[in-house]
Amino acid sequence: MSFVATFNSLPATELCRYAQNATAVDVETALGRPSLESFAALISPSADLEQLAKLAHATTLRHFGKVIRFYAPLYLSNECINICRYCGFSRDNPILRVTLTPEQVAAEARYLRTEGFRHILLVAGEHPHFVSNNFLRDCVAQLRPEWPSIALEVGPLETEDYRPIVDAGAEGLVIYQETYNREVYAAMHASGPKMNFDWRLETPERAYQAGFKRLGIGALLGLADWRSEAIAVAAHIQYLLKHCWRAQITVSVPRMRPAASEFQPLTQVTDRELVQFVCALRLTFPEVGIALSTRETATLRDGLIPLGVTMISAGSHTEPGGYTGQGRADLHLTKAGRRIESEGEHATVQFEIADNRSPAQVASKLNMMGYEPVWKDWDISLNG
Amino acid sequence: MAAVVDQNSPLRIAGREFRSRLIMGTGKFASGEQMAAALTASGAELVTVALRRADLTGGKDKFANILTFLDPKQYLLLPNTSGARTAEEACRLARLGREATGSAWLKLEIHPDPRYLLPDPIETMKAAEILVKDGFTVLPYINADPVLAKRLADAGCATVMPLGSPIGSARGLETRASLAIIIEQATVPVVVDAGLGAPSHAAAAMEMGADAVLINTAVAVAADPVRMAEAFKLAVAAGRTAFEIGLAPQHREADATSPLTGFLNQ
Repeated sequence: MSFVATFNSLPATELCRYAQNATAVDVETALGRPSLESFAALISPSADLEQLAKLAHATTLRHFGKVIRFYAPLYLSNECINICRYCGFSRDNPILRVTLTPEQVAAEARYLRTEGFRHILLVAGEHPHFVSNNFLRDCVAQLRPEWPSIALEVGPLETEDYRPIVDAGAEGLVIYQETYNREVYAAMHASGPKMNFDWRLETPERAYQAGFKRLGIGALLGLADWRSEAIAVAAHIQYLLKHCWRAQITVSVPRMRPAASEFQPLTQVTDRELVQFVCALRLTFPEVGIALSTRETATLRDGLIPLGVTMISAGSHTEPGGYTGQGRADLHLTKAGRRIESEGEHATVQFEIADNRSPAQVASKLNMMGYEPVWKDWDISLNG
Repeated sequence: MAAVVDQNSPLRIAGREFRSRLIMGTGKFASGEQMAAALTASGAELVTVALRRADLTGGKDKFANILTFLDPKQYLLLPNTSGARTAEEACRLARLGREATGSAWLKLEIHPDPRYLLPDPIETMKAAEILVKDGFTVLPYINADPVLAKRLADAGCATVMPLGSPIGSARGLETRASLAIIIEQATVPVVVDAGLGAPSHAAAAMEMGADAVLINTAVAVAADPVRMAEAFKLAVAAGRTAFEIGLAPQHREADATSPLTGFLNQ
């Protein structure tokens, strides 16, 4: 039975109501009893955030110690076949686009290596022509000799299509459901294969079948009520821990950032609520990895790290060629799948980042906070 | 104090002698410098290090430099295969590690489940057989399974390393009953590994007759890792001394110190 069936039978309404109405006593009872119901209590307005933060910090320390793993996103392409109302790469946005060649990808990656990174996340829009399965495999193969850990965040594929990419050396797969609310999902995804909610929801399971060892999930916060998204994310984690038990499960809590779409978030998640979400995840799932990107400000990131975060990016660019200017000569607009020549300085970003510190600056701040920045925590020889 | 524990017999593994019965892990520390200071304070002579955090290409990568904090003159390096989920992955990593570190000693750990990090007995057995034949000194991390411990010793492993409780759980000797059987039946040293959260846990393992213990989280995440390392050092030595002398048997009721049948001798 896939997660779709589990998801469909969740008592979502009851859990969401509990997440609003749980009492301080319910929260107290929930601590130390990992279940979806207790997770709902932990994200309720009655929870004492300082108490949650103290417990989450202690739990993180015990399980992960005083170390933070670094990773860097590398955008391969901002071509996309989907229309997603909130995304900078949406097909209908007249943005400067480019797809790097595997050699250009390697050049960008070499720059990231000099910055210290040994864990890389390859990101691309969904486009079967520009971002083909073979292209993804070739990019992974190109990086394999130099990179101990390679993960992907790309459009969902069939299990069989993932296998050659795993064989080429990819270890992790990140896929955000964006929103777990079916109605909002339908309203946000107007065209393209991404319209298929269930197909996307089952992606981590297909990736696991294909041999990926690390599965990352999350909801894009700003589309539906955050508490309902949090409960769905928690249910998804719970399912994956049971059914994909050999994989390391990681979760992200991305909040919407300004992008070319000029989309305004439909819902708000305050800093305080984001912190509560992270603490509740840590307390309910002590062993799950939590990734934090440069979508958040330096102040918030530094504050969140001790509460549950295990991996962070730094100095990120969210456009292909962003680190070294690769692909500049090939910038263009894309309309109805056709190139329209255009010029510019760089490709358009997916979203604006909020923490502009360099990796070295973030690492030095971590040292000051009593954390060891870990750049390499995997080895290519561990990949099947 | 020092004079008493100095009389403890040395630990012997695979023909090598160690004064210290405390083996240290190197993960989770706030910095390389802090780790080095805690290791010194622990008095450990054998330290384990995750190969996945080291540069195995021979390139001396300054961003994967954990080995540079471990002086090979001070410690015998015990590389470990943390991250391996199959025998094949563990063997491949072990061979690369031997090239990179020069140490043929290996803490074999295969945990396919990244959640509780519990060792896979089937893959561990397979890998141990291969690696022993390949010339490694193999110290396998296992659940507290007495039959598996015997099988691994028969296969030529240098020790067995059963867990007290899951890694990092600090729950102490939850597997006590099985550990007692492993220790009773052992023909190779028994190192209690994982889950020892307090010096008293370590002392208890030593009092039971464990030959050594391995500590990591409890020291690495302590507010003062150096002092906590020393606390474990003292506890391990004290526990060993008590074991060598022999503890007084425990009773349910009070035992009169004046014999009740003494009148018979009057």
